[in-house]
Amino acid sequence: MKIFQINSLGARLALSTVISLGLIVTSAATAPIAMAKTYKFADQGDALSMDPHSLNESLQLSVLGNMYEGLTGLGKNLELAPALATSWTNPTPNVWVFELRKGVTFHDGSPFTADDVVFTFARTQQGSSDMKSYTNDVISVKKLDSHKVEITTKAPFPILPNVVALVYIMNKKWCEENKAEMPVDKRKGVENTASFKANGTGPYRLKSRDPGVRTVLVRNLNYWTKVESNIDEAIFTPIGNDSTRVAALASGEIDMMQPVPVQDVARLAQNANLKMMQGPELRTIFLGMDQSRDELLFSNVKGKNPFKDKRVRQAFYQAIDIESIKTRIMRGASTPTGLMVAPGIRGFNADLNKRIPFDAEAAKKLLADAGYPNGFEVKMNCPNDRYVNDGEICQAVAGMMAKINIKINLEAESKATYFPKILSRNTSFYMLGWTPGTYDSHNALNALMATPAPGGRGQFNLGSFTNAKLDELTSKIASETDQAKRNAMIAEAFKIHADEIGHLPLHQQALAWGMKKNVSLIQRADNFNDLKWTVLK
Amino acid sequence: MIGARFLDSDLFYNFKRSPVAIGAAIVALILILGAALAPWIAPHQPYDLATLSLNNSLIPPSFSKGGQWTFALGTDDQGRDVLSTILYGSRVSLFVGLASVLLSMAIGVVLGLLSGYVGGRLDALLMRIADVQLSFPAILIALLINGVAQALIPKGSGETSLALGILILSIGLSKWPDYARTIRGQTFVEKNKEYVQAARVIGVPSLKIMWRHVLPNVLGPVMVIGTINVAQAIIAEATLSFLGVGVPPTSPSLGTMIFNGNNFLFSGEWWLVVFPGLALILLCMSVNLLGDWLRDAMNPKLQ
Repeated sequence: MKIFQINSLGARLALSTVISLGLIVTSAATAPIAMAKTYKFADQGDALSMDPHSLNESLQLSVLGNMYEGLTGLGKNLELAPALATSWTNPTPNVWVFELRKGVTFHDGSPFTADDVVFTFARTQQGSSDMKSYTNDVISVKKLDSHKVEITTKAPFPILPNVVALVYIMNKKWCEENKAEMPVDKRKGVENTASFKANGTGPYRLKSRDPGVRTVLVRNLNYWTKVESNIDEAIFTPIGNDSTRVAALASGEIDMMQPVPVQDVARLAQNANLKMMQGPELRTIFLGMDQSRDELLFSNVKGKNPFKDKRVRQAFYQAIDIESIKTRIMRGASTPTGLMVAPGIRGFNADLNKRIPFDAEAAKKLLADAGYPNGFEVKMNCPNDRYVNDGEICQAVAGMMAKINIKINLEAESKATYFPKILSRNTSFYMLGWTPGTYDSHNALNALMATPAPGGRGQFNLGSFTNAKLDELTSKIASETDQAKRNAMIAEAFKIHADEIGHLPLHQQALAWGMKKNVSLIQRADNFNDLKWTVLK
Repeated sequence: MIGARFLDSDLFYNFKRSPVAIGAAIVALILILGAALAPWIAPHQPYDLATLSLNNSLIPPSFSKGGQWTFALGTDDQGRDVLSTILYGSRVSLFVGLASVLLSMAIGVVLGLLSGYVGGRLDALLMRIADVQLSFPAILIALLINGVAQALIPKGSGETSLALGILILSIGLSKWPDYARTIRGQTFVEKNKEYVQAARVIGVPSLKIMWRHVLPNVLGPVMVIGTINVAQAIIAEATLSFLGVGVPPTSPSLGTMIFNGNNFLFSGEWWLVVFPGLALILLCMSVNLLGDWLRDAMNPKLQ
């Protein structure tokens, strides 16, 4: 059957010319690309800003970690490694001295010195900073000479070298010239140059940035050490839609993507051109409740806050059928948890990791005892492009709450609008996921569970759960050097938090990365994707 | 009687002789009835979260392997019955479609009449605003209005109705220039005719002339645009919901269903996207065909 026929000689000539011209153009265009290695990777959401102190979120810190570095860094197995500091000592319990690496330059060519470290620590303590919880125990950062700094902490702080790994160092001169001395404030929507440009010391430079569309990184040829990676250019694209992301990988448009939607894991694993990397993630997904306001912002209960009553919190807890979420929503790719930290985090305690059992009847009774026999209405805030099946989990929770007569008004939205909202505590009931940036329980206690205070403590305790004993333990844990004593205190703090039902822990999701067969990379359990270890064969 | 007058009218005569129009009307009627009667005929209550069970999630349609008769077209990832959700979802779609068309029609007719009848500076001002708005795709305007409304209106309880209101407002406000343009042009023609001049001479107030004399004579084309725009508004609602700014996920419309189903395109749960997609296509196509027929039937040049 003839469908398409070209009759005239002229048209044929024209067509063949076009085709041959096209061939020449494509071969000319592909030649340099074939030599330069381009790596395209995708995530379900974007890094919301290029400012390393604007949002304490794994994805953003992971992307920026290719351009910026801290004094210390983490190795392939999350072990502490020197980065911009070559060594550190702890002469007195409250004082740390860091020797800085010499001969390091920022991407704009200016040298890295102690001034940049002093400037960076001050910047992370500004009001608009989202990294305050990392530096709130630091009293002063003093320049001893051009490549040596002294950090003084409020109390003995044995884990400081771990804590500063995610405090990415910025260039003082560049920030001043670009009027970026203050961190970008995502809560108030205040942006500055640092949000769109980057000047770090890392192995990759920012070539171009189109927020929400693509971020292009190129190799930093002046990097201070040799890296394993052979990637010359890396293109990061957020692809929010699950099936579009899967299609992009299956069609070869991108080299790597995460997370692989749980429903597509099996199918992609069968694809001969692709491989899957799965593993447990250190992130704990949980729900939080506003326990500080006298009246909830978004509820039909007026004049009082039902979440101040522990019975209500427990009713919410017991209404959640976590096993069904695991089998139905997560398709088995999750580990239900009773604790706010995952196995693998220092201080995790398997004996304490028990959930209050799912029991809708008990939940109803608790609600009735608390004075809500007919339930009440509350709004729930939820991201829909941040965690694995986050929106679906929230929908399922809304369904489970409906069974105990709690009407959830679900607002599921993109993290670009979600984070500014909940970080300004503009919520009554919310979902959050947390990986302690230091891989230590102290971080979870200090950021998520301790009473919010100026300076950064409790910065992500968005429902303001408060317990004086837990606060006291958190301070003691920070300065305790005896591991056994420290673990005992962590266990005590966790037990208080669990008994008081400060949050509703849900599960740890599983990591699922999909990539082409020729990509070899390191999948760290904190879900960081470091380009410096990614090799294209 | 109006009924008898309608049955005798040219329009109805025309309708009886157009098989396409009859077919489209039947399909549209079935879908509209299904939507209107959803609470009584739907086998499940998908918007009542307390009746959902995750244990019923992702059951295939009854006619395929593993299907159950209680869920004729299968269930989604939350355990909602797809058939019931389509019925309830088309309620949302139809309601938003009709209400937003009425809103844009009301705004467009008033502004178009004023613009055409008064003319001069007011006309220039209104039409420049319309020009600016027409130079952007309507869906973009709707997204913009939606974003502003979401930010301005403090949200409390009663989320669903509020979300519907915002949807209607954003789609309605994005479409008024279509009507204003048409009405203005028609009004220009009508206002210089003898009957309008006669009314003016005997001292009838301008507003009354516009309302009683000009309006009935310019309304024909508006009806046609309105019908076609219902289908467009339904698609706009589906698009906004697909983009995640429409109704809350716990009370899905057709657009939200397609959006959710889209995530399962590759994993084999085809019924999540195919059935709501079919319903949307049928609904829009039948309304569109009716609109096309109405346009032809009311065009004297084609008769």
